[in-house]
Amino acid sequence: MTVPAAEPGGPGTEGPHPVPDASADPYDLVVIGAGPAGLTGAVTAAELGLTVALVDSAARPGGQYYRHPAPALGAGRPPAPHHDWTPFTDLGHRLAASRSLTHLTEHHVWSVARESDGTWTAHAVTGADGTDGRPVRTRGRALLLATGAHERHLPFPGWTLPGVVGAGGAQAMLSAGLVLPGRRVVVAGSGPLLLAVAASLAAAGARVPAVVEAAGYLRYARKPRVLAANPRKAAEALTYGAGLLRHRVRLHPRSAVTRVHGTERVEAVTVARLDRDWRPLPGTGRRIDCDALAVGHGLVPQIELATAVGCATRVLPDGTRGLALGADQETSVPGLWAAGETGGVGGAELARAEGETAARAIAARLLGRRADPARTALLRRRRDRLRAFADAMAAAHTPGPGWTGWLTDDTEICRCEEVPAGRVREAVTDLGARDPRTVKLLTRAGMGWCQGRMCGTAVACLASRGAPAPPPPDRRLLAVPVPLSALAAEEGEPWEPGLPEIREVPKDGEAPRVPEPPAAPRPPDSPRAPGSPEAACAPRPRPTP
Amino acid sequence: MSRPPAGPAGARPEPFTITFDGRPVPALPGQTLAAALWAAGILAWRTTRVGGRPRGAFCGIGQCHDCLATVNGVPNRRACLVPARPGDALTTQEGHGHDRPGS
Repeated sequence: MTVPAAEPGGPGTEGPHPVPDASADPYDLVVIGAGPAGLTGAVTAAELGLTVALVDSAARPGGQYYRHPAPALGAGRPPAPHHDWTPFTDLGHRLAASRSLTHLTEHHVWSVARESDGTWTAHAVTGADGTDGRPVRTRGRALLLATGAHERHLPFPGWTLPGVVGAGGAQAMLSAGLVLPGRRVVVAGSGPLLLAVAASLAAAGARVPAVVEAAGYLRYARKPRVLAANPRKAAEALTYGAGLLRHRVRLHPRSAVTRVHGTERVEAVTVARLDRDWRPLPGTGRRIDCDALAVGHGLVPQIELATAVGCATRVLPDGTRGLALGADQETSVPGLWAAGETGGVGGAELARAEGETAARAIAARLLGRRADPARTALLRRRRDRLRAFADAMAAAHTPGPGWTGWLTDDTEICRCEEVPAGRVREAVTDLGARDPRTVKLLTRAGMGWCQGRMCGTAVACLASRGAPAPPPPDRRLLAVPVPLSALAAEEGEPWEPGLPEIREVPKDGEAPRVPEPPAAPRPPDSPRAPGSPEAACAPRPRPTP
Repeated sequence: MSRPPAGPAGARPEPFTITFDGRPVPALPGQTLAAALWAAGILAWRTTRVGGRPRGAFCGIGQCHDCLATVNGVPNRRACLVPARPGDALTTQEGHGHDRPGS
């Protein structure tokens, strides 16, 4: 069953209750995120006999990886070739066939909390952009976080000009909206996503004059055994490579866009060669005309719902932070599980394996049964093999410490608060800031709408001045913007003048309340504890010849 | 803004009209406001609070909030998430979108 946010009367609601579902019987499992990991986890759990709520911010399942046009657009799937579409079709059939699964679309979860009876509550705002004013609470005996990742960005002069878009953003707008940011689009940054994006844009009719990759692809060759164990991944790369050759896309390895030209929008970019630490080499810049630039430097696991309740994290090979997970995908907080990119970016196939692993473990625990040992062993082998590949790839695309060499003092670091690099450097060198939080307090960098998602990597690198430093993972009390009216509704007030008072009283007789982080023991690598070195801008060890 | 990006072929639903700063812009059913604007070659529909600089969609998935627009008089709508509906009136959002601080 799919319950859109716009339709009043979702599960457990009667009439205009401000916060429905708080007193309804909990689901066995609440899954947050309907991408490859969450969707697989939800349908698997439902097939194993659990009642499941699949809570997702989008109107259609699939997450970012399987983002596709609305049916009204008349194109069933993304306009560009997708090498891994069949599993999604299969998941869609299983979702439609699941009788014990409720798919809550356009629900943006802003917080999760453990209640005194051990159940979990997911607090969400609803609507396409979360502004329809109808907050919803969903309760479950177990919680599976499959919230995916967002793109990692490194600033450069001109990156705020219209026409500069995220590589993943360009892909998303094309996949769902069938549109391009320009006719001549340079693709730049680092990571395997760039090749996929360039192939998509070219297949959709854009001219892609250059793919600019900061890393050297030869770094993949350092893990030959991992590569040999993943022939499908190699075939995937060859497919993209062949597509790029066909569209005469020129690949520039060990290079970066170091400046965007234009006054009101993109007119050209300067591409410079980099040394192995990503420092631009003087005198190597050359101009490439274009009307758009799609740029991204890998992905960052989106884990704030979990870190807010004390889940342990670990530093990943690419310098980002993911959740520390047990063999069956449980976090350090019992009853809270995670799958997919939240544990480290690794792609859709890995996400599906992890989603299924988690669902089987949750069903085993809640139903008091033993998980199918043969299937569990197979999933674990698949996961370990794919994780090793993801780690090798992530390590190859870790930003080198020299990238800050392309910043000018007036390069905007924080897009929201318009804080230039000069002010961040001043906070670090003159005022003694050593961590992103202090930089934020001194400059407002990271304090805006995006809550530091866009500038976080850059601020951490500048604050650490290239040295291995321990910036803690981001903590965001609210994972998505929440109108004060929604918080007021959580406190038991009507969320809109003129609506009746809350009639509903939870079973335990207490008033509905805003969540408080449970008093979970804080593990050594937890958010507030000093963390491990942030590798994103740390000098990397030199290979021995 | 004189270069409308080429839209990929394939989709043939009936377009409808929205407006951007009073000017008609075609949109397709199922497209977000940002997608309709991109298809019309419009890449900026907001000016920043401090520098007054133009901004539009950046992350495309509702994370960066660069695409905030004033839609039918309501500021701070994320254009990359909100579906376009016939008759929607978008206006360039200046700064925080309210007439004065706190309003």
